[in-house]
Amino acid sequence: MTVSVSLTVNGEAVSADVEPRTLLVQMLREQLGLTGTHVGCDTSQCGACVVHVDGESVKACTLLAVQAEGAEVKTIEGVADGDTLHPMQQAFHENHGLQCGFCTPGMIMSALDLVKNNPDPSERDIREWLEGNLCRCTGYHNIVKSIDAGARAMRG
Amino acid sequence: MYNFEYKKAGSVDEAAGIVGADDEAKLLAGGMTYIPTLKQRLAAPTTVVDLNGVGGLDGIAVDGNGVTVGALARHAAVAASADVAAAIPALADLASHIGDPQVRNRGTIGGSIANNDPAADYPAALVGLGATVQTNKRNIAADDFFTGLFETALGQDEIVTSVSFPRAGKAAYMKFPNPASRYAIVGVFVAQAADGVRVAVTGAGPCVFRVAEMEAALAANWSADAVAGIGISADGLNEDIHASAEYRAHLVTVMAKRAVAKAG
Amino acid sequence: MTEQGIGAAVARREDRRFVTGQGHYTDDINRRGQTHAYFVRSPHAHATLNGVNTDAARAMPGVRGIFVGEDMADVGPLICGWAITDVNGEPHKAPPHPALAVGKVNYVGDAVAVVIADTLEQAKDAGAAVEVDYGLLDAVADPARSMAAGQPQIHEEAPDNLCYEWALGDKAAIDAVFDGAAHVTSLEFSNNRLVPNAMEPRACVAEYDDGTGEYTLFIASQNPHVHRLVMSAFHGLAPEHKLRVVAPDVGGGFGSKIFIYAEEVVATWASARIGRPIKWTAERSESFIADAHGRDHVTKAELALDSGGKFLAMRVETIANMGAYLSTFSSAVPSYLYGTLLAGQYTTGGIYCNVKTVFTNTAPVDAYRGAGRPEAAYVVERLVETAANETGRDPAELRRINFVPGDAFPYETPVIMQYDCGDFAGSMDQALDLAGYGGFQARKAESKANGKLRGVGFSSYIEACGVAPSAAVGSLGAGVGLWESASIRFNPTGNVQLLTGCHTHGQGHETAYAQIVADKLGVPYDQVDVIHGDTAKTPFGMGTYGSRSAAVGGSAIVKAADKIIEKGRKIAAHALEASEDDIEFTGGNFTVKGTDKAMNIAEVAFTAYVPHNYPEGLEPGLEESAFYDPLNFSFPAGTHICEVEIDPETGSVAIDKYAAVDDFGVVINPLIVEGQVHGGIGQGIGQAVLEHAVYDSAGQLISGSYMDYTMPRADDVPNYDVGFNGVPSPLNPLGVKGCGEAGAIAAPAAVMNAVHDALRDVGVGHIEMPATPLRVWQAIQDAAA
Repeated sequence: MTVSVSLTVNGEAVSADVEPRTLLVQMLREQLGLTGTHVGCDTSQCGACVVHVDGESVKACTLLAVQAEGAEVKTIEGVADGDTLHPMQQAFHENHGLQCGFCTPGMIMSALDLVKNNPDPSERDIREWLEGNLCRCTGYHNIVKSIDAGARAMRG
Repeated sequence: MYNFEYKKAGSVDEAAGIVGADDEAKLLAGGMTYIPTLKQRLAAPTTVVDLNGVGGLDGIAVDGNGVTVGALARHAAVAASADVAAAIPALADLASHIGDPQVRNRGTIGGSIANNDPAADYPAALVGLGATVQTNKRNIAADDFFTGLFETALGQDEIVTSVSFPRAGKAAYMKFPNPASRYAIVGVFVAQAADGVRVAVTGAGPCVFRVAEMEAALAANWSADAVAGIGISADGLNEDIHASAEYRAHLVTVMAKRAVAKAG
Repeated sequence: MTEQGIGAAVARREDRRFVTGQGHYTDDINRRGQTHAYFVRSPHAHATLNGVNTDAARAMPGVRGIFVGEDMADVGPLICGWAITDVNGEPHKAPPHPALAVGKVNYVGDAVAVVIADTLEQAKDAGAAVEVDYGLLDAVADPARSMAAGQPQIHEEAPDNLCYEWALGDKAAIDAVFDGAAHVTSLEFSNNRLVPNAMEPRACVAEYDDGTGEYTLFIASQNPHVHRLVMSAFHGLAPEHKLRVVAPDVGGGFGSKIFIYAEEVVATWASARIGRPIKWTAERSESFIADAHGRDHVTKAELALDSGGKFLAMRVETIANMGAYLSTFSSAVPSYLYGTLLAGQYTTGGIYCNVKTVFTNTAPVDAYRGAGRPEAAYVVERLVETAANETGRDPAELRRINFVPGDAFPYETPVIMQYDCGDFAGSMDQALDLAGYGGFQARKAESKANGKLRGVGFSSYIEACGVAPSAAVGSLGAGVGLWESASIRFNPTGNVQLLTGCHTHGQGHETAYAQIVADKLGVPYDQVDVIHGDTAKTPFGMGTYGSRSAAVGGSAIVKAADKIIEKGRKIAAHALEASEDDIEFTGGNFTVKGTDKAMNIAEVAFTAYVPHNYPEGLEPGLEESAFYDPLNFSFPAGTHICEVEIDPETGSVAIDKYAAVDDFGVVINPLIVEGQVHGGIGQGIGQAVLEHAVYDSAGQLISGSYMDYTMPRADDVPNYDVGFNGVPSPLNPLGVKGCGEAGAIAAPAAVMNAVHDALRDVGVGHIEMPATPLRVWQAIQDAAA
């Protein structure tokens, strides 16, 4: 038994037939082909799947797809402005804020929500905000540096 | 995840009707605990009844008596509310430290307290402030609401609609998080609550509990020193690889002391 | 140094696809007609497998096939590719390890059956309907107990659960030195078991093309050619030329994706059986129980000193947990990657090391970032720091008087290594500066005033990287050569494709290798593409692990570039009507000495493909391959200094400062190398104070998810102060040494030495890793009692 879900993803109206048990992240990856949102755990802790739903960061592995009916969803694929990287993406690049890249989409989506709530975060603010985002490669040093630089660039 | 039927409830009555008629139907609020539970196939509901479409349950209202938080108010909303911060700053502070930012953006007070995880933060606030839980059927004092490990006074077709926190004098919450899960190993909420001093402890035992000896000591002398010498028994406290019962008992005293100091 | 050549901090070219969500990890790949595999795993640590009833499961919707161990009788068992010779001259015990269990399960997570269905949920639904009849047996999970009388026997081939006993050094001679020593420092400790936890779980997609008889396996692998070789030669799944292995973007490895696991063997085999592509992606809870774990040693270590503080001898006895079966390279880790590093940076006179490796009812244990060397560095640096305290010496000074001096290289250690070069004292000096060591006492006093305990700890580690000289490792039991390959292909229009046998899964090879090519051949950096991870495209290569990609893979690139220059010189000489001997090559131009007659390498390439005016007898085309076998290991070394602040009331350890000065030889890209150091330190801090894979006595993994296994988070770690003191290695053409593992090797000892330093103030003598709040608090209580 499937249910039809209609929502907006990265500005485009989309719909899909899903089982009630389908997670938002599964719909994004498997039905909409948006594989930039990753799954790194099954206990809703790693944050590789963070997307924005109606402007707020959420874990797409902890929301049923049917719950996103009518929502505005933004994924990592919708962050850049055409060929121009978003300042936060650019900051991750310039500051070597990523290595294997697997956690990176979730990190960036989480960082953007931080800056929305706190445009001028301290190092401590950044580190605490990232409680729900795990990275195994970077030791976090350059992620923190990237978010600091990205926030600065976004302040202009 | 096992398959289930999904129903989006339009009203509390509708939701109550469904879960009242089917013992295996379950309510879904923020889903921050329940969806991980489903993912690991640790639950097999017939129907998941989504409360998120029910209007009017996510409000936060502040008046002279205190703060009333709608059952579907997200932790982030409570944390960010200037009105809550002004009326009961300890409540906003507690909400700002629940889970991680994404959990706070989805998780709800109704879902949290109905689940009554022994390591959740909100039960400490409810008991620490002497709050009242409103349901579709009745009002329940926080002291009576949390009845045991993952157990509450809620009936099968009873749904939390809001929680009212009376204003308090000095109050604060301190938690010592589990290094892995970041849930509370021990969290202590201390308050000069409307009905007297309250000390509520979460994380340490199977269910939130009060520490009468500390409450008496603080009523006589509101200072960290007043509780510094009061130990609690380790009997019956939780044990896991991160904390022994003795360690938890010790942390109750330490967190109580620090909470009083934080409250000022 | 050019703007984008060797030494330049070029921001990585691979970033763009990752920051925009355009990476292609294995789970992102979907094939037409794809099905999904779900593995039914043993919930018991030790049990006989009396029967598997799949009848009900087979009837469930979407099920394409269910297979058990007996179905795979024609498939060779999983192998261990390194045979250790034990103290009696006998080979280690390597009990058979079928991909799906036959007759018996030996750890929680041992795969019993695979269910293949159209959707993953269908496969899981059917998996729940597979009925397995287990006969429960007693289990043993603790390596220190597994050899004891009365413990359960896991494999009949391995009496007393002993895999091998291995030793290095002359025990009698060392014992004699200890007998006459002025001071002996003695420690007993464990090296905690870890779960690698690359953020991308292991995954594969296998398919069989009936038309061509060719298999394609997409897999999160650090070494696709090694996967192909083993799956072909040992599992017999397909001849090598009929098996293509593609490792696309891989989300971290840290060793855990080197190994050939059951899942890819089963999926590849079954893809032909069911005639459909099969995808398998581990869930994290599955990774916890079914990925190879790391570390897990129990050690007694002693250091003998003379009255002047000189290290006379070291004696080390270790029990190392292999888990239930031998994983692909597991046997080499606690032996040749461990005992051979026990000299550290010091002139210790003699060393005896005895290692007993044991089977237990736990997941297999194999190489995890550092692999044996973190365990060795921990032994050496904990001993040295403890000896300094026991003899009343400054820990930096005690190290300094024992360092191998700069004029002693090449230096033969007592444990069969020859260090090529180093500046141990220089790195120590630089690290002391970087750490602000002079201000430590003031900071400690400030902490004390706030009710906190502050400690400082050192770790002057050394490691052997650039694995490895093939003949040397072959003589020690390795089943493979550890050379590396590179192929440089000029296209007619002058741009370049570099094909490498190494694999990048976060290390930035696409950038750093392009820098090497640009630097050596004078080609613009953005005209060089790096191709890796596909056995159909690249020459055979051994992959990426053991900090080998620069020292071995990079050296292969230089060799291939030299061949390009050699050939280009001939083409240019002909075109410029000069003698080959008169042609100089610099900055991408072949120039006739003393003239302005020159030809750019792009023009040479075009000429090579359009050979109208061309040297007689010379082959057209400009493409050269090289295979580089290293002359020796490389020896990165350095000093890391950590400062911790401990809250004695709660036992919480805060990592307050961390300074690292490393000698990696020549640094190709400092931005990337610093990142590697940061990441290694993060994992090392994790080992020291956070992470622990805990099995209970019944063999159940207690810390089987992120709810209980503490992964380092951003607020658990500080910013790191990183410096370099590079002494170019004389043994490879780039002068590089390798940087991928240093942080993970150095950090546990630095952090734990700091923790011990802080806790000494409250009478605590010893505490194990991880120094969790519970353990620290308990240690403080015990000391006060």
